[in-house]
This record gives sequence, structure tokens and C-alpha cells, in this order.
Amino acid sequence: MTPRRLGWLGIALGCLAAFVALPPFTVRQAVIPIVIGIAAIALGVYLVTTGERRFGWYAVAAGAIGLALGWGATRSSTSNLEEVVVWTALFGATLRYATPLVFASIGGMFSERSGVVNIGLEGMMLTGAFFGIWGADKTGSWALGLLIAIFAGGAMALIHAFFAIHLRADQIIGGTAINFLALGISGYLFIDVYGQEGTPSDISAIPNISLGPLKDVPFFGDIFGELNLMIWLAIALVFVSWVVMFKTSIGLRLRSVGEHPRAADTVGINVFRTRYAAVVLSGMLAAMGGAYLSIGFLGSFNENMTAGRGFIALAALIFGNWRPFGAAAACLLFGFSSALAPRLAEYSKSADLPLDVLFQALPYVLTLIAVAGVIGRSVPPAAVGRPYRKQ
Amino acid sequence: MTDEETSDVPSEPNSPAEPSGFIDRYTLSQRAAGLIAPVITAGIAFLLGGVVILASTGKAPWGVYAEIFKGAGLSWFFEVGNYRIGLPWSDATVWFPWNVNDIESQAATNLQQTLITTTTLMLTGLAVAFAFRCGLFNIGGQGQYLSGAILAVIIGSNLDGLSPFLHVTLALVLGTLAGALIAGIAGYLKATVGAHEVISTIMLNWIVIWVGVFLFTLGGPLQNEATGSPISHDVVEGAKLPVFWGDPLLQGLHIGFFIALAALVVYWAILNRTTLGYGVRAVGFNPEAARYGGINVSRNYFLAMAVSGAFAGLAGAIDILGWQFRISQGDILTSSVGFVGIAVALLGRNTAIGVGLGALLFGSLLTGTSTRNLDPEIFKPELASNLTLLIQGLIVLFVGADVLVVWLIAKARRK
Repeated sequence: MTPRRLGWLGIALGCLAAFVALPPFTVRQAVIPIVIGIAAIALGVYLVTTGERRFGWYAVAAGAIGLALGWGATRSSTSNLEEVVVWTALFGATLRYATPLVFASIGGMFSERSGVVNIGLEGMMLTGAFFGIWGADKTGSWALGLLIAIFAGGAMALIHAFFAIHLRADQIIGGTAINFLALGISGYLFIDVYGQEGTPSDISAIPNISLGPLKDVPFFGDIFGELNLMIWLAIALVFVSWVVMFKTSIGLRLRSVGEHPRAADTVGINVFRTRYAAVVLSGMLAAMGGAYLSIGFLGSFNENMTAGRGFIALAALIFGNWRPFGAAAACLLFGFSSALAPRLAEYSKSADLPLDVLFQALPYVLTLIAVAGVIGRSVPPAAVGRPYRKQ
Repeated sequence: MTDEETSDVPSEPNSPAEPSGFIDRYTLSQRAAGLIAPVITAGIAFLLGGVVILASTGKAPWGVYAEIFKGAGLSWFFEVGNYRIGLPWSDATVWFPWNVNDIESQAATNLQQTLITTTTLMLTGLAVAFAFRCGLFNIGGQGQYLSGAILAVIIGSNLDGLSPFLHVTLALVLGTLAGALIAGIAGYLKATVGAHEVISTIMLNWIVIWVGVFLFTLGGPLQNEATGSPISHDVVEGAKLPVFWGDPLLQGLHIGFFIALAALVVYWAILNRTTLGYGVRAVGFNPEAARYGGINVSRNYFLAMAVSGAFAGLAGAIDILGWQFRISQGDILTSSVGFVGIAVALLGRNTAIGVGLGALLFGSLLTGTSTRNLDPEIFKPELASNLTLLIQGLIVLFVGADVLVVWLIAKARRK
């Protein structure tokens, strides 16, 4: 067995240590998760001493966290655990929280793979969130609302693209400006159109897709039986974007522009046009994520409702090494932490402190740790952030 | 701007010294365009803001801007005349409105509010500017500001009976350190593992926000239960900053204003008169060259972020001890002065004087569009505050491009 495989085994043991103490197994003896957790830590320590430092430390961390969670779980009552840990509900919520991140993250992938940093994802999401609900309200149709959101997000991205590509302005500052502009525009129009009452409650929302008879399949049906259309679109998007990016000539061109624009230009690829297309596409996708938030998930809009999700999506992109499946996996991880937060709060109800508020910080802490732990090992596109000058 | 100043501008498109990166062009424009480019930038942003006003309300934009100008108290500088100073047993008069209880003119009161906001923005602007000089983009001024405010409120509302000077100093120093610590985390991650500071500082913003809300929300460990609202305990009398202009009970102008002015000088001195500043600027110009020259780039990344956060933390502490005296859940969730600092720093071109002037501009905008100072008949304050955000975004957007405008002008001149 290779050291790396052993590392994965250690991580799996760490997860198992927590898992055995949770429903449906609900082991009541504290010694079982402790033994499994210690085994994972020992495996990790062994790996660290033999040279596989990275996976060794991962295994140690997984073992320690698993041990702590598992031990904690054995000490709380079974009924309490069953209330908190409902796997189907947790997975369902994970999908709901991850969806807006997936749209923005995949959008960011197109932009960054073409060589343009897109810090403005957050603003493009927010633009999509507002114009989605505004469009759905004014036209009475969620489909037109979504379309308007996509156009609005694309327009914001076009501004970013013009400043980044033609004016060769700093892309980070340009993206930050997009975020401010989006806050200002969406806030201004929101107050101007809806005032203090907020968005009406009878908005045409993006429908859920019912799987019919499959809904009765245990476990699977509970999670996937009644998901929003946008969640299915997000799942499809991951596969489609992988095919486009790595299996088509369009993707090859896009990547070459991001890796070595001069070489791409030499063989006849239009660098500017490719980058414009990629950035505008990223804005459209991010806006779809935002529209899902407003007319798919919540059914309302409030100022700055994206709350840093664009940046989490960007972190997911880095964590996923600028690849669709990697980014989607990272989005699921961050989505899971968002889904877990309110449930952990439920678990700590007896603590007499508003821990539910504190747990709101969990996704951000996790993102910070992920970004700190992975950077330097993930490789960005070579020309990302560098304006291209034609010769 | 003389020909001599623009003479190092390369004009050959393929020459190796051609400014290709943003930092190159930025330093170039700093040399070339002094005040002109920021003024043009702000002018374009206000013009576009005016178009928005006209398009959405049909009102003449200059009327709205004039009202914002008046609401910000900037009319104070033009209301020359004889004003009673309003001190007991004194008939002394001054040229400008001084007495805030003067019924003839709101200008003195409004100007005080503007200067209080300017104080905060000078410091949050310096925070962004200092990191910028090291080539770092500290977008987390908001979190650093809040951590300073939270620590100041904890120190200020406890330790009653401590001598006022000691109490104020302790709260200010610890607030400053809290900001430095939060930014230092981002700096450390940048220096050791290369985590991009934009993402890490944004995440730290939200972490500080939720920890802060947790502390002061209903049932939170530091909530003032007597009020029944999600709010902290009040800062004790001894820990408040002295007010030198206006009514101390109604948010008068406190001495934090001078602390901020001193911070402008400190900023200039650190950058231009210390080894740390030399290192920071060298790394900002070109990290690779600095490394080659024997400068520890990682150390400078960390220190630049820590100093940057210290400015923002100080801003938070001053706001608490100067006029807020308590912090509520709403304050934590809605405050945005840390973000305005970005526009202040960019508009001020990361110079001490520029940041001071930029802070005055945005301080005026924020005060002039506040609910208290803007007549809703003229323009809805809720709309106006979003208009401020819009203008802020436009300024940030054009700062990236004004550099290019300047460069094009310089290029055209050489031809």
C-alpha cells in the first residue's frame, strides 16, 4: 500500500470514528470512537515520521476531529442525536447551499482559465439576485426573471471585461469596483422599486422537480425526490463545463489563452474575444447562482443578501484547483458546513448561549482553513491576472 | 506637471521598461499626475451619479448635490459673518458658526458630524493604503475595524474607576492590537502559504462579524441585558474621549480627530523615514527585486498587514470611545466604513495627504446623505446612501483606468 493510500485510510478512519456514534448506528460506548480515532492518529503519526507529511497530518487532523465528535456524540442522548443528525435532511440542505456556489465557482473557472481574475463574482451574484426577483415580479414568470438576471450579470461582467482586457486596469481593483457597483445598483433599485415593504411574497419562483415514483425510494428519494430545478442545472453544469473545458477545442483555446496568450495569439486565437466571452459567461453563471438565491431558495431579496458567497465560490475554485469537479466538491464541502451550522446550534440548545449565531461563522472559518491549507499546492493558470497586449 | 517629470515615460511599445503591470503604471501616474487624475475620477463618478438621480427621480442632480453639500456642513466654510461663540459670560464673536445650538445655522453641527466620519475614514483609508504600498490588497478593513471596536467596548465598559487617561489609552491600544491581530492572520497566511489576502481578509470579515453578533445579540455573553436589546454595555464616563467642539451628549467632535491627523503623519513617517517603510515600499514595487536585494519579503507581508490592521483597529476603538459609546448587533451588521476606506485610499493615491482629502470627501458624502441630514422631500436618504455606494464603486472602477488615461496623455506628449 502506498503512503498516500494509507493517508486516505487514516482520513476514512477519522470519519468513521465520528460516524459510528451517529445515527443510524448510534454506538453508545465511548471507547469505540476513541479506539478508531486513536488508530487514525497513530496511522497519521506513522506516515509523518516516514516522510508522507501532508497526508499524515490530514489523517491526524481527521482522527482528532472524529474522536472528539464521536466521543461527544456518545455522551448526548439518542433522541437528541436523531433530531440533529438527519442525514437526508443534511444532504438535501447541503445541495441547496452548494448550488449558488457551484454556479459562481464554475463561472469563475471560465474567467480565470482565460486569464482574467474575477473578484467581482460576488457583485455579479448580487446583481443576478436582484434582477432575477425584479424580472420575475414584473413579468410574472420565473423563466423571464432568470433570463433578465443572466443578462444583468452578463452586463456587469462586460464592464469588468472592458476594464480588465481593453483598459488593462488592475483586475482585483476592477472586481472590487464591480462589487461596490452591484451593492449600490441593487440597493438603489431595491429601495426605489420596493421601498421599505421589501419584495412581494407572491413572486413566481423557480419550481421544484418532482421525480414521481422515484420519490418513494428510501434515502435516495428523500434527498433527490423534490429538488429545485436550479440544483439539477448546477449538477448538469459541472459535467457540461468539464466536457467543454477539457474535451472540446473551445476549451483548449480558452485554456491556452489563460496559460500563454502570446502563443495562443500566434496560432490565430483571438485572445481578446476569448477573454471577453469567458468573463461575460462567468457573470451570467454567477447571476444564475444569485437568481437561485432570490427566486429559487428564499423567494425574497434583501440588500447584500449574497453575504460573501461569491468569495467562498472563489475559494472553492482555488481549493478545487481550477477544475469543475474539484470546485464542485469544494462547494459541497462549504455547503455542508452551512447546512450543519443550524443543526449544530440545535444540538447546543441547552448551552444557554446563542451558539446558533456563532455557528454562522463556520463556513467562513472552513473556507479560511481550506484556502490556507491548499494554496501553494494548487496551480493557477499561468497568465491569470495579467493583461494581454497585442503586438 | 513638467516635461521633465514625464521624461521617464517610455513610449516605445516594445521597450523592456514599458509599464505593463498595474503597479508600474500606478507609480508612473503617481509621479505624473498629482492631483489632476483623482479630481477627474471623482468628477466623472459624480457626473454619472447625477445621471442616476436624473433618470430615477427626474430631479435636477445639482439640487440634490447642493443639499448633500449643505447637509455635510461644508457650507460652514462659506457662511462668513459674525457669530456668537455661545460660551457663558462671553459676548465674543467669531467669523464662522461655532455654537452648535445656534438656530441660525445648522452648518456647525453638520460639519462636526462630517469630521467625526472623516476621522474614521482617514484611519480605515490609511489601513488600505499601507497594505497597498506593499502590493497587498487589504479588503478586510471592515473586520479589523469591528475587532477594534469590540475590544474597545469591552475595555471601555469595564474597569470602571481606572484613571481616565490610562483607561482611554488602554482601550485604544488594545483596539489597535485587535485590528493588527486580525489583519496579521491574513498577512501570516500570505507570507507562509501564499493564501491570497483578498479571500482571507473577506473571510475574516465575516468571522469577526458573526463573533461580534454572537457576543452582543440577545442572550449573548456580553449583551447588556438591562436594555432588552442586542446591544453592548455603555462605555463608562472615564473612558470617553474628550469632546472639543460641540455637545458631548450629542456627538460632538472628539479629540480622536487629532489622533487621526497624527496617524496621517505617522503613516508618512513609517513609509518614508523607517527601515520598515523602505522594505514595505520595495516589496510593493517589485517583490522579486526586493528578495534579490536581501529584503525578507514574507516578513514585510506580515508586518504590512499588521500595521494596516492596526490603523483600522484604531478607527474602531476611536469610534466607540469618541461618539458611539456602545455597539449594537445592527452596527456590526450594517457598518461599511472599512469598505469606504478602499475608495478613500485609491482616490488618495495612497499618500497621507490624499487619504486625508479622500476621507473628507467621503465623510461629507456619508454625512450629507444620512437620514438626519438629508431632507426626504429632496431625495430619499435610503436612496442617497446607495448612491454613495454607487459613486464609491465608480471611483474605484475609474482609479484603475485613470492610470491609463494619464499614461496615454504622457504617451501622446512624447510623440
